[in-house]
Amino acid sequence: MRRRIGIEDIEDMALGATVLGAGGGGDPYVGKLMVIEAIRKYGDIELISPDEVPDDATVVVSQMMGAPTIMVEKVCSGVEPMVTYDEMVKELGEEPYAIYAVEAGGVNSMIPFILGATRQIPVVDADLMGRAFPELQMTTLGINGVKGMPAVLADEKGNTVTVRAVDDVWLERIARQATSVMGGYTILASYQCTGRQLKEFGIHGTPTLCQEIGRTLREARENHTDPIDAVLEVTKGFRLFKGKVVDVDRKTDGMFVRGQAVVDGLDDDKGSQLVIKFQNENIIALKDGEPVCTAPDLIVSLDAESGTPVTTEGLKYGARVVVCGLPCDPQWRTPQGLKVVGPRYFGYDVDYVPIEERAAAAGLSGACGNGKTDGEGACA
Amino acid sequence: MASSNERTWRLGIDVGGTNTDAVIIDGNLKLVAATKSPTTEDVMSGIEAAMHEVVSQIGPEAAKNIGFAMLGTTHCTNAIVERKRLNKVVALRIGAPATTAISCMADWPQQLKDAMSVRDFIVHGGHEFNGQLINDLVEQEIREVARTVRDEGFESVAVTSVFSPVSDAHEVRAGQILREELGEDFPISLSSEIGTLGFLERENATILNAALHDVAITTATSFEAALAAEGLTDVAVYLGQNDGTLMSVDYAKRYPIFTIACGPTNSIRGASFLTKEKDAVVVDIGGTTTDVGVLTHGFPRESMVAVEIGDVRTNFRMPDLVSVGLGGGSIVRQQPDGSVTVGPDSVGFRVTRDALCFGGEVLTATDIVVAKGIAPGVGDPSLVAGLDPALVEVAYAEITRIIEDAVDAMKTSAGDITVILVGGGSILAPSKLEGAGEVLRPENFGVANAIGSAISQVSGQVQKVYSLTDTPRDQAIANAKALACENAIAAGADPDTVEVIDVEDIPLAYLGDALCVRVKAVGDLML
Repeated sequence: MRRRIGIEDIEDMALGATVLGAGGGGDPYVGKLMVIEAIRKYGDIELISPDEVPDDATVVVSQMMGAPTIMVEKVCSGVEPMVTYDEMVKELGEEPYAIYAVEAGGVNSMIPFILGATRQIPVVDADLMGRAFPELQMTTLGINGVKGMPAVLADEKGNTVTVRAVDDVWLERIARQATSVMGGYTILASYQCTGRQLKEFGIHGTPTLCQEIGRTLREARENHTDPIDAVLEVTKGFRLFKGKVVDVDRKTDGMFVRGQAVVDGLDDDKGSQLVIKFQNENIIALKDGEPVCTAPDLIVSLDAESGTPVTTEGLKYGARVVVCGLPCDPQWRTPQGLKVVGPRYFGYDVDYVPIEERAAAAGLSGACGNGKTDGEGACA
Repeated sequence: MASSNERTWRLGIDVGGTNTDAVIIDGNLKLVAATKSPTTEDVMSGIEAAMHEVVSQIGPEAAKNIGFAMLGTTHCTNAIVERKRLNKVVALRIGAPATTAISCMADWPQQLKDAMSVRDFIVHGGHEFNGQLINDLVEQEIREVARTVRDEGFESVAVTSVFSPVSDAHEVRAGQILREELGEDFPISLSSEIGTLGFLERENATILNAALHDVAITTATSFEAALAAEGLTDVAVYLGQNDGTLMSVDYAKRYPIFTIACGPTNSIRGASFLTKEKDAVVVDIGGTTTDVGVLTHGFPRESMVAVEIGDVRTNFRMPDLVSVGLGGGSIVRQQPDGSVTVGPDSVGFRVTRDALCFGGEVLTATDIVVAKGIAPGVGDPSLVAGLDPALVEVAYAEITRIIEDAVDAMKTSAGDITVILVGGGSILAPSKLEGAGEVLRPENFGVANAIGSAISQVSGQVQKVYSLTDTPRDQAIANAKALACENAIAAGADPDTVEVIDVEDIPLAYLGDALCVRVKAVGDLML
């Protein structure tokens, strides 16, 4: 299961990470360039499966938090991941066995690979979200009672802050304030846990899934086959709606980008309208006023021609998109998962219904051929 | 400069991918001469040919009325795409320790990097998102960079500082130091004058701008020489920029990158002038491609996303366009399954030789409309009389679909919108389009781009951050408006015609009480 990750792999992974970003997560472009630069200097990265981590070994997250839009202007110095890692080693009193990603979607999919290349530390093929989410406490470790402490934040100037909060919600509050003061985004070492905890609570294989999605998209384009079908097959997702973006309303309040996009139907959806509401990531999609997909399932807009994922920032008047719903990890569908990332957490008074069930009820086409699904999951 | 009222005529030239068009417009903005001539590989000889043709049309006596000459050209785009004639650039990045994770030009095609033999430096300085310093600027570091520039014969410097769109203080100071060391006239490009937020894209655009310095000079001087060869020695010369306004030669030397994509802009402005419409979708069909843009308040809508130029990601202002591979020379093919494709490959300007209706052997989009009998006066209909009527219908439907899709992609609301058809290939378009209200086909549609070039106005822009404690919002905006109007007048606009066309005020919440105001003013050329 161990394999080396090189520049080509990272290119595919970054593309797939935009899909799992569910409209947000920050453009992986800057992260990708940082990883490529590190690989050129230090060599390929070892990716290991969670099963290869000994039960009692320690693993640590390497991530960014704050505004990805600031990272796009004030690019990292490149040493932040190593600074936070060294601080974490001091905190732990030992070298972690490996590092991993907090979220598979967006720019955070890339951050562990900078450290992985520079220090030649293995990266575990797992994450704690299976997608991108807007807040730090939204992890599968968190809903299972494992806290993200201690967390070490660093900026490019060399400032570091170590946070030992009472819980992950406090970690989120304190770290976000510190991040704002430190210049709008920081790099963190966080979510240290044991190999056993990562095996049990982590979401396995997500970096590999990102790479698969990216490779599939690239190959579909090269072979002139339908890129959207290709993505849906890999992600076991559904086509929710095809249309043209006719309105985008975006506001930045505090540290989040909130707003909505209105999509007018085309082809089979002509006459209907889809509204996607977002808070950094897409949270809920309403077709003619009725929910067709909600968090924690992923709502992803793909360019109707090329299949290229379109983020909420990239949504533009006139863009033709196919909006897809992809199933989230089953851990998010538990009561404790939905408490943290369900539609009600984001302020929508709607019951969560898994996308497979919504798709079956609505007769939406899924990944396996163009036929209707049976509600048992797209490719079951 | 022209002073007497007689010398109010304008010569406008626009270089397209297929044709170079030229027009002469009199003091009442009436078209008095127009021509189309093939765009040549060196571009300049095509400009000379087109210019010679229109000047000959009016004769040497009338030519004395010409007081202004405007050129919209592809010189800069071509230099980047062909990786030729580019300057040796030093890229100076201000922001260390920030930004060191990604090298300068990390994502550029190697060939283009080589063509510019760029050397890059990162020095301390730059700002945070809230205007605080990341680090002080270390002047000695910049003087050392200047030494390398001098010692190793670099020709141009591109300066990019972190968050310079919020605070340009370090870029401006670095520019002063470089001029002290290298001389007042040394070409220096500051990123805050070129692009917006997005460091790598803005740095890329600034480096390209720096590399185009000599191309801008060559373009301007050879244009002036071509004018002189026609006896036009005492005319004011302007280059078209991609927001639909003009820049003086001096300005063009500093901001050559703003000439990129001025062609489609000229078409949009020309279409507006010819129809008097201020809000519409403009479809410019050429020999190989169709550009669709949007006219809002008389000017082209700007693009909001990163634009690639010569495979380099940039973020300077560009017109918002959709380009599709449909033109008069687009090749029509019947597929084995009976379906028909139109383009994207084209015979280009050779359409008048290679198309069936001109006695050639290639079935083109032009042949389809000639066979349908809707393009009177084009080619010889008898040469396409034998085409299968079913094929003609299917191909025509495909042409219509391509245009309708492109128009639809640019519309911002579901309502029907006015569509203006221009360009030599616009004979392809039907007079009814799905999603369009009125479809206008102005007279002289074939040279709308050169007309757009000739009637271009002059603009002045201001971007300034005000402290609301010192200056209330109303006063800040009024001040910025006045500055923008002053800039437009300084650039050559008639004070009586200057008007503010765009005001944007963005509260910089993270700066406490700061307000960023952007204003653009536009006026007619002072005649």
